[in-house]
Amino acid sequence: MTDLTRMSAADLSKLITAKEVSAVEVATAHLDRISAVDDRVHAFLHVDREGALEAAARVDRGEVTGPLAGVPIAVKDVVTTKGIPTTAASKILEGWKPPYDATIVERLKKAGMPILGKTNMDEFAMGSSTEYSAYGPTNNPWDLGRIPGGSGGGSAAALAAYEAPLAIGTDTGGSIRQPGAVTGTVGAKPTYGGTSRYGLIAFSSSLDTPGPCARTVEDAALLHAVIAGHDPRDSTSIPQPVPDVVAAARLGKQGDLSGVKLGVVKEFTGDGSEPGVSAAFKDSLEALVKLGAEIVEVSCPNFQYALPAYYLIAPSECSSNLARFDGVRYGLREGDDGNRSLEEVMSLTREAGFGAEVKRRIIIGTYALSSGYYDAYYGQAQKVRTLITRDFQSAFEKVDVLVSPTTPFVAFPFGSRTSDPYQMYLADLFTIPTNLYGGPAISVPCGLSEGLPVGFQIMAPTMADDRMYRVAAALESAVGTLTPPAL
Amino acid sequence: MAAISREEVAHLARLSRLAVTEEELDRFAGQLDVILQSVARVGEVAAEDIPPTSHSVPLTNVYRDDVPVPSLTQDEALSGAPDAYEGRFRVPRILDEED
Repeated sequence: MTDLTRMSAADLSKLITAKEVSAVEVATAHLDRISAVDDRVHAFLHVDREGALEAAARVDRGEVTGPLAGVPIAVKDVVTTKGIPTTAASKILEGWKPPYDATIVERLKKAGMPILGKTNMDEFAMGSSTEYSAYGPTNNPWDLGRIPGGSGGGSAAALAAYEAPLAIGTDTGGSIRQPGAVTGTVGAKPTYGGTSRYGLIAFSSSLDTPGPCARTVEDAALLHAVIAGHDPRDSTSIPQPVPDVVAAARLGKQGDLSGVKLGVVKEFTGDGSEPGVSAAFKDSLEALVKLGAEIVEVSCPNFQYALPAYYLIAPSECSSNLARFDGVRYGLREGDDGNRSLEEVMSLTREAGFGAEVKRRIIIGTYALSSGYYDAYYGQAQKVRTLITRDFQSAFEKVDVLVSPTTPFVAFPFGSRTSDPYQMYLADLFTIPTNLYGGPAISVPCGLSEGLPVGFQIMAPTMADDRMYRVAAALESAVGTLTPPAL
Repeated sequence: MAAISREEVAHLARLSRLAVTEEELDRFAGQLDVILQSVARVGEVAAEDIPPTSHSVPLTNVYRDDVPVPSLTQDEALSGAPDAYEGRFRVPRILDEED
């Protein structure tokens, strides 16, 4: 029999609908694959075998139907799942079982998608390598000695290791796209407000965006269509219809980009990228030109300030959001021996529960928001956000989408950047501008450099998510998908 | 821009309710300094006339009709609490003994 774990979500769905395989068989194949390889990959923090099989059985009984009914999925551990442990990869939430589902999880369940389990990540989604998980890193299936990207390294690695056909990620500064790039998978950050944040454990509220991770562009679009759309429980959710991303991906797959203008961001083509990354990017541009696309160089002069602005805005919001972890309502409580005050218990709990990167960002955020520094740091960063938005808007008057490599370098070996936080932050150099602007962006595999995957990023105007799917699918049709070495 | 001192990190940690260790103070002071020196570049684009953007989606108050709907039960709300007492969250004492 065909190996069900190697198939796309679209193909699995066809087989399930035609009753050629049962949803239970599909879920079992993936659960068995997790049992066989996850001790080496460590993509999962928690596997819900029983829950996944029950959900699959409901599809087989005909109780749930839909385009992805019966197709299993892995969910990043920063998204709440009722009754299934949710830790955001932090010790402070060890063993917590949320009493409610995130909106996107409700939508997955309604669509009949069995949830295989929760995937590893950098603690509270802060990081670019999944080395900051309190439960140990995830290994990149392409080379187990290298990082799988971050913060959604678990979701991306689960796809590359064929443990799940689809996964949910969240993207605050690139945490869906960057792991996608370094694992040779597809990761899409929808328009901010296009997917609901209700039920995400908040990191940086004005930037966090949940979105799809997949092995093909069409699969990403199918999942995007399931989770996107207005949610009255999220005040930043956009009350507008979601563009038809599935139709756009299928159109793109036909490989015709006549009349489409691709803007190459001049500031991202300098000497910041590894030579192998630049070469794969250049080859991909040539492939897109052969499909009829026109390349236009555009300048976005303020993109150079995106990284510094992000590293003021995100920690500021994180210092505020993480104040809720105080040892009172959920999670860890340390030092409560009857003699210590609430404040002491709170400080000891947070010291014991948070890892180094989370503490660093809380302290930076507290500094940036403190009296006397607010205008110089946070206020300035918010002005930069305006300038970056203007750069995007002026670029989109000339071109349909902007393109760049997704990351400046391929997957690096474990430990090579952890001693210097700023070097680590550079991993998100090309992905961050989009988060500050709010538009959608996708990373598609575009080739190899030194045997490791390179990602190609496509950025589109706000609420024009369909546009990026069309170009992404066209690129995929030209360069093909990547197959990692056998585990 | 002023360098960030070990004492300043200790102060910020206190404000953040983080009981950082001596070793962390040394390590963070150096690292935070590098980060702040790097992010100081945002000051280069200081133009007065540029309005700040706090959110990429324009925010407005969202109301619904005032109709009671089911919410978490008391048991569900307390289900993750480290300690509860008579249906409420129990916290350590708030006042010091001297107070």
